[in-house]
Amino acid sequence: MYEHLETADPALVAAGKLKRVAVDPVSRVEGHGKVTLLLDEDNKVQQARLHIVEFRGFEKFIQGRPYWELPVMVQRLCGICPVSHHLAAAKAIDQLVGVDPANLPPAADKLRRLLHFGQVLQSHALHFFHLSSPDLLFGFESEIGKRNVMAVLADYPDIGLQGVKLRKYGQEVIRMVSGKRIHGTGAIAGGMNKALTKEERDYLKQDIAQIVIWAQAALQLVTKVHTSHLPYYDNFATIRSKYLSLTKPNGALELYHGGIRVKDEQGETLVDHYDYCDYPELIREEVRSWTYMKFPYLTSLGKAEGWYRVGPLARVNNCDFIDTPQAEAARVEFKRHSGEAMVHSTLAFHWTRMIELLHCAESIQSLLDDPDLLSNDLVAKGEKRQEGIGVIEAPRGTLFHHYQIDENDIVTKANLIVSTTSNNTAMNESVRQVAAEYLSGRELTEPLLNNLEVAIRAYDPCLSCATHAVGKMPLQLELVDADGKLVDKLIRHSSGEFIHGSE
Amino acid sequence: MTKPILVFGYGNPSRGDDAVGPLLLDYLADHLDLSTIELLSDFQLQIEHALDLQDRELVVFIDAAVNCPNSFAFTPLSPAQDHTYTSHALSPAALLAVYQSVSKQPLAPCYLLSIQAEAFELGTGLSERCAANLAKACRFLEEILKPTHFRGN
Repeated sequence: MYEHLETADPALVAAGKLKRVAVDPVSRVEGHGKVTLLLDEDNKVQQARLHIVEFRGFEKFIQGRPYWELPVMVQRLCGICPVSHHLAAAKAIDQLVGVDPANLPPAADKLRRLLHFGQVLQSHALHFFHLSSPDLLFGFESEIGKRNVMAVLADYPDIGLQGVKLRKYGQEVIRMVSGKRIHGTGAIAGGMNKALTKEERDYLKQDIAQIVIWAQAALQLVTKVHTSHLPYYDNFATIRSKYLSLTKPNGALELYHGGIRVKDEQGETLVDHYDYCDYPELIREEVRSWTYMKFPYLTSLGKAEGWYRVGPLARVNNCDFIDTPQAEAARVEFKRHSGEAMVHSTLAFHWTRMIELLHCAESIQSLLDDPDLLSNDLVAKGEKRQEGIGVIEAPRGTLFHHYQIDENDIVTKANLIVSTTSNNTAMNESVRQVAAEYLSGRELTEPLLNNLEVAIRAYDPCLSCATHAVGKMPLQLELVDADGKLVDKLIRHSSGEFIHGSE
Repeated sequence: MTKPILVFGYGNPSRGDDAVGPLLLDYLADHLDLSTIELLSDFQLQIEHALDLQDRELVVFIDAAVNCPNSFAFTPLSPAQDHTYTSHALSPAALLAVYQSVSKQPLAPCYLLSIQAEAFELGTGLSERCAANLAKACRFLEEILKPTHFRGN
């Protein structure tokens, strides 16, 4: 492990012996983050950190709002996974009106699941094809002009177009259920606000068989890419960690509702069928001075040992099986490849993401044959409560929404643990691994620095819902000596032009 | 379910004059028969919007423009590859180029309705001048999209 690279020797820092390198911003992720490295005189990495430099404040400014606004309001956290926030908040406000998940009308439960399968499908397609496929298809140190989905469309038109259509289909599922592709409405306290019409259902049924075939092709592509580059893909940015996710009571992979399962590095189950409403006892969050993102950890294991990973790799590692046939066959092949109880390869996030993409497509296909989707029995009622907790498996991992309200139905307290926050320690550890194994002691170049970004992108971090560039994000790298004097500079302009020198 | 006319107003409703695209769609929703017209709104043009251009007879994009010399301008669009691509935003011409590269179907006539704008502060409403420009553009597009005008184009 590489924890020792989180903070450099203070004596070296005080003596001015280290030079600073920054990758700012990290591109092709959602939001704004940067990586800083401290190097010694031999270019050996002494410190590596992923910083989140923007402050959102959502937990604060939703205080004072009426609770029923929450599912719509919190969608603004993200332009890529708004549905996940919408549904996590909806599950929380279900509890505020006294409705537990088991008491939700079947039609509402299935419509929410359909909505969420559409969300995960479109988000996974976006991440794999738009953001990560340039690295995987052209190489981690490929020319800058190739590192975007337009180049993928040009060189691999069939693959690129299938990716675009997979994402579009997921968005259409969202639109049919919630009225809009982004920031629609659908879930309300205790249920859903409308059923699917027969026309909407039939519209989605037209293409779903093709979507399943394309999802299978995407899975085959990532499997081929991964297994064609062994052992590199198994080792790059790879760290051994614990994994946290929801599972169904029977141990199946679960994206919408279940109990918390945690497994350790060897695959031993530490926690199972844990009620997520008790998450404050399970998880604590540490704040560090150099980033706006917290560091969650398992209370029982403490800060040093209790960090964990969430997301597709965690879900596929943790579950006993997947309840759709093609995705289950893919899971079995994935586990067979590793030969271990747990797969720790960070680049395997991509592989598991495509297993889940296929699972979502199969699940949508199955749900569209369910007549409950057309039922108008959509809302349950119960006894009012003053605290609600909603947890869901968002595309990037387990997402917690926790609210308290006063007697006037006004939100008085909110706590959100978003998926990327749970992966914070892991992303930093992967960055440190790449810095130590691939960059340390070398002259840093822009293509080499992309290795750091490849490691971060594997997690599909959602650093905010801000808009950011793909491949052509302005990037400036500076080498500054101990006296603050600029030693070297690399600049990537927004046009894609790359300049080495002081200007 | 594809309708022959697509009107795509894009912009961030929370950023002052950038809201004119979505606001014009609201106007059309209140003033036109939408049986043959699809109204589509988003913050920015993205790659997958190329698929929204399929099976259309007419496409109109609506956007705020700081360099528009008049209240509004209605100009035909042609596909053109440019350097505007980011993860979230393309120009209309670049989007048409994406459509041509991924679709075997011919492209419908496409137009850009640019509305003169000047202020894009987060959390503000329309500037007075832009609101007046929007009103003129609304009436113009309403007229253009009436069945008697559109049919035969």
